[in-house]
Amino acid sequence: MKDIKIIITDRHGVKHQVDAPTDMNMNVMELVRSYELAPEGTIGICGGMAMCASCQCYVESNHELPEMSYDEDLMLSEAFNVKDNSRLSCQIFIKEELDGLEIELAPEV
Amino acid sequence: MNLIKKEFFMIKTDILIIGAGPTGLFAVFEAGLLKLKCHLIDALPQAGGQCTEIYPKKPIYDIPGFPEILAGDLVKNLMKQIEPFQPGFTLGERANTIEKLDDGSFIVTTDKGTKHHAPIVAIAGGLGSFEPRKPPITNLSDFEDKGVEYIIRNPEMYRDKNVVISGGGDSALDWSIFLTDVAKSVTLVHRRNEFRGALDSVEKVQELKNLGKIELITPAEVIGLVGTNSLEEVVIKQGAEVFNRECDHFIPLFGLSPKLGPIADWGLEIEKNAIKVNNALDYQTNIPGIYAIGDVNTYPGKLKLILCGFHEATLMCQSAYQRIFPDKRYVMKYTTVGGVEGFDGSKKEAPKAVVKSID
Repeated sequence: MKDIKIIITDRHGVKHQVDAPTDMNMNVMELVRSYELAPEGTIGICGGMAMCASCQCYVESNHELPEMSYDEDLMLSEAFNVKDNSRLSCQIFIKEELDGLEIELAPEV
Repeated sequence: MNLIKKEFFMIKTDILIIGAGPTGLFAVFEAGLLKLKCHLIDALPQAGGQCTEIYPKKPIYDIPGFPEILAGDLVKNLMKQIEPFQPGFTLGERANTIEKLDDGSFIVTTDKGTKHHAPIVAIAGGLGSFEPRKPPITNLSDFEDKGVEYIIRNPEMYRDKNVVISGGGDSALDWSIFLTDVAKSVTLVHRRNEFRGALDSVEKVQELKNLGKIELITPAEVIGLVGTNSLEEVVIKQGAEVFNRECDHFIPLFGLSPKLGPIADWGLEIEKNAIKVNNALDYQTNIPGIYAIGDVNTYPGKLKLILCGFHEATLMCQSAYQRIFPDKRYVMKYTTVGGVEGFDGSKKEAPKAVVKSID
């Protein structure tokens, strides 16, 4: 297993390229928190259960992502600032095929 | 003249706990073993914090001794466990201000003016108090309490009025159903055709829609508000079409999200949206007499886990006892030895072994 690169644009528009481990069962929300790219308490409030939308992001690259679960889809139906490329970053698990993934964090609401 | 000062009705307790999530609830138990009384304040209308509000049906796997327990059941069990200690509750109110008296005790006042007096304050506030999530409509705040409400406090307010509700979860569905009997008209706007609520609520809305009692506008969004002094119309976007709809009230129901809120202004040391505490000792904050336990605190190596909150609550209570009774000596007693003596007169203890000789 190797680390992959993920490019994250934070809520101030700053781009960060970070190393992401593929062997820790981590998701992108947790990655953002581990690099402290958004203040604690403003992201991942529900802990990663697709129940709060505080980790909403826009997927900017063309990577094939796993299909949305029913829960994620419905949570996004109630979230704000949703775009066609919106996902909950807690539902994107870090896998080798996501090397080079680019996302932007949605504004805090 | 019958002037009764509100201060006379101040709630008095030993440990005032802010936040009725699992950590706050367990603190009541540990305090009770030390014969200290507790009172809890929570902004939500029910106890349980996130466990009840966000994920009651989710199983938790890391509560020691429970291979698996639903968050809602954990709260139920905690409520049962602390019942003998008769905790008081101020629910549906947010702790707003704190005042330190000359004797070192505190008065905490809620947003509704309820005052609480205690020598010890334990903040078990999780990620903060739950506040309604407000949709990003530019002039939304201009109409707050002038036709826009995020929480339905008094349904009578909507009698014979035209009401527009937006949202797709249980509260949007349930209130739409409820208000059909009260309001002149009910319009429910949701971004999708599908709703996230309980199946029987969805079916009931379908039925009321068929009867013409609820107008459903989907997939659509309220994107603007119009009115001179109070709300007169909402602007609805449905696909490419944008139209106005006359109404007296707009109620966006998009759930709640936690915000640290007024506690941030209490003079406590805050780091990363959490309250810094002394974890080498007793989880006290920079203000003596105020503790912070559970997800709301931070210290080197902090983990936001329920099980860590339980530990922190336990040490906090020992320290609180010493603070209240600086001259008393006390050693911790195991419940297997001392049992549990409730303030309600109940007593739980291990059954005595029967001694009987054999002839």
